[in-house]
Amino acid sequence: MAEENPTKPLPVAKYLAIPEDGDPYLEGHKCSQCGAIFLGARETCSSCGTSGTCEPTPLSNRGELYVYSIVHRSFPGIEVPYVSAIVDLEGGGTVKGNLINVDPDPEKIQMGMPVEVIYQIAPRKDAEGNEYLTYYFQPRSA
Amino acid sequence: MSDVYVLGIDMIKFGRYPESSVPKLGAEAARLALEDAGMSIQDMEALYSGNLMQAAAMVGQRILQEIGQTGIPVTNSSNACATGATAFREGWTAIKAGIYDTVLVVGVEQLGKAGLLGGGGGGGIPTEGLLGSGLMPAVFAEAGMEHARKYGTTFEQFAKVSVKNHQHSMKNAKSMYQKETPLEMVMGAEMIAYPNTKLMCSVNVDGAAAAVLVSEKKAREVGMDRCVKVSASVLTSDPWTERDLVMPDVNTCTRRAAKAAYEMAGLGPDDLDLVELHDCFATAEILHYENLGLCGEGEAGKCIDNGETAHGGRIPVNVSGGLLSKGHPLGATGVANIYEITTHLRGAAGDRQVEGARVGLAHVIGLGSACGIHILEKVN
Repeated sequence: MAEENPTKPLPVAKYLAIPEDGDPYLEGHKCSQCGAIFLGARETCSSCGTSGTCEPTPLSNRGELYVYSIVHRSFPGIEVPYVSAIVDLEGGGTVKGNLINVDPDPEKIQMGMPVEVIYQIAPRKDAEGNEYLTYYFQPRSA
Repeated sequence: MSDVYVLGIDMIKFGRYPESSVPKLGAEAARLALEDAGMSIQDMEALYSGNLMQAAAMVGQRILQEIGQTGIPVTNSSNACATGATAFREGWTAIKAGIYDTVLVVGVEQLGKAGLLGGGGGGGIPTEGLLGSGLMPAVFAEAGMEHARKYGTTFEQFAKVSVKNHQHSMKNAKSMYQKETPLEMVMGAEMIAYPNTKLMCSVNVDGAAAAVLVSEKKAREVGMDRCVKVSASVLTSDPWTERDLVMPDVNTCTRRAAKAAYEMAGLGPDDLDLVELHDCFATAEILHYENLGLCGEGEAGKCIDNGETAHGGRIPVNVSGGLLSKGHPLGATGVANIYEITTHLRGAAGDRQVEGARVGLAHVIGLGSACGIHILEKVN
C-alpha cells in the first residue's frame, strides 16, 4: 500500500489533540462538579469522586512557569542538559514538558515567568518510523 | 487493643552484595533481629516481608526457605519507597487487632549499582527529555524548587543537608559510606538535576533490616527492658491536589500522616529527641522539616543554616547518615530507619548516641504516593 501523501503525525501524548483542520492544542478534561482539570479522559473524577462529569476542554497555550529542574544526567542517548518544567496554564491545567529557547542556567530562568506552548515534530520516531507531534514551552513576553 | 512493642531489631551493613540474593540478604537481617529478640523462627506467628524490585516473586516465602519453613502466614508488601514501613505496619496492625502476639518483619532490597530510577512507561516514543523528566532526581529537584519559589531557599542550603548527613555517617559502621563531604565538594559534584548534585542524591545499595514485634502480653512475659513502644503507626496516600498528576505531591501525605501520628501518640514535634526522615534527595529533607512540624513554615532553610538538625542541635535529623550516605535500599529503608530510632532509645548507638533520647520519629515516602510514619518511645 504505497502512500502518496505524507501521513499525519501522531500525538506525543493522549492529551495533545490534533484536529483534522485547525491548530493542535493541549486538551484537558474538566469535572463539571468540582472544576478539577485532568490530562486525558477519565470515568471518575479523582478530586471529588463523581462519575461521568469530566468533559474535554481545550487548554490555553499561555501560562507561567511554576517550577523547573535543569537535567544534566539522563538515560543514555538523551541529549542533556534540558529544562524540565512544570507550567500552570491560564484558565487551569498544569502540564510538564521541556522548556526550550532559554539558557539551561538558573540565573536565566525565573519561576513565575510567562511562557507559551509551541508545537513541533518530535526529533524521535517510533519503531515503525512514525512521526510524532510534540509540544514545548518557551518564554513569551508578558 | 494491645500496645505493640519492638522486641528485636537489626540491619545488615548497607552496601553492594552482588554474590548474595534478595532472600539471602533478608534472611541475614531476620537472623540478626531474632537473635536480638532472643527468639527463634519457631516463635514467630507470621512474617511480613517488604521488597519492591521482586514484588511478584514471593520474597517472604523465599526468606523462610533460608531460615525455617514453619508454615506461618506470609504477607508480601510493595509500596514504592514506603515498602519497609508498610510491612512493619502490617505486622503492627495484626498485633493491634489481637490476631498474633509475636511477628517478624523484614524489609530487603538488592539494587546493585542501579542507575537513575523512574521515568518510562506507555507506547509511542519515549518522552524522557522531551516532555520534561520523570526521573527521580528531577522530580525531587522540582519539589525543592517549589520551596525555593515560596521561601527563597538556596542551592547552598539544600547542599548543606548532604554535608550534615555525610558528616553523621562517619560514626555509623552500618552506613554505605563513612566519608566527610565539605560544602564545596557537595556543590561542586556532578550536577544531576539542578539543584541536586550527585552527592545530594541517595545511594543505590543493597540492604536488609528486620524486626520482631510483640504484643503487650508477650512483652511482659519476656521482660520490658529491651522493648521499645510503637506509639504511632500511620500510613497515608496522596489526596488529590491541583498539580499532583504532573508533580507528585510528597508534602500533603506527609503532613496528614504526621498529624495523625502525633494524635495517635499523644505527642507533638517538640517531644521528639531525634528523627529519621526520607532524605532520598537533599531537597526532600528541607521540605520534610516543615511537613513534620520540626520548624515553622518557611523556616527550614534557617534550620539547616543554624545546625538545628545536626547531631547536638535542637532536633537531630538523620544521625544514621540518612539515605544520602547510609544508602537507600528501597524496601529495607523503612525498617532500617526504625532500627536507628530504636537503637538510640535503647541507649545503644555508641559514638553517635543522641543522649537521653526517649522519643523518636521514623518517616518514609513512596512516590506515587505513600507516606509511612512511626513514633517510638522508650518504655521506662
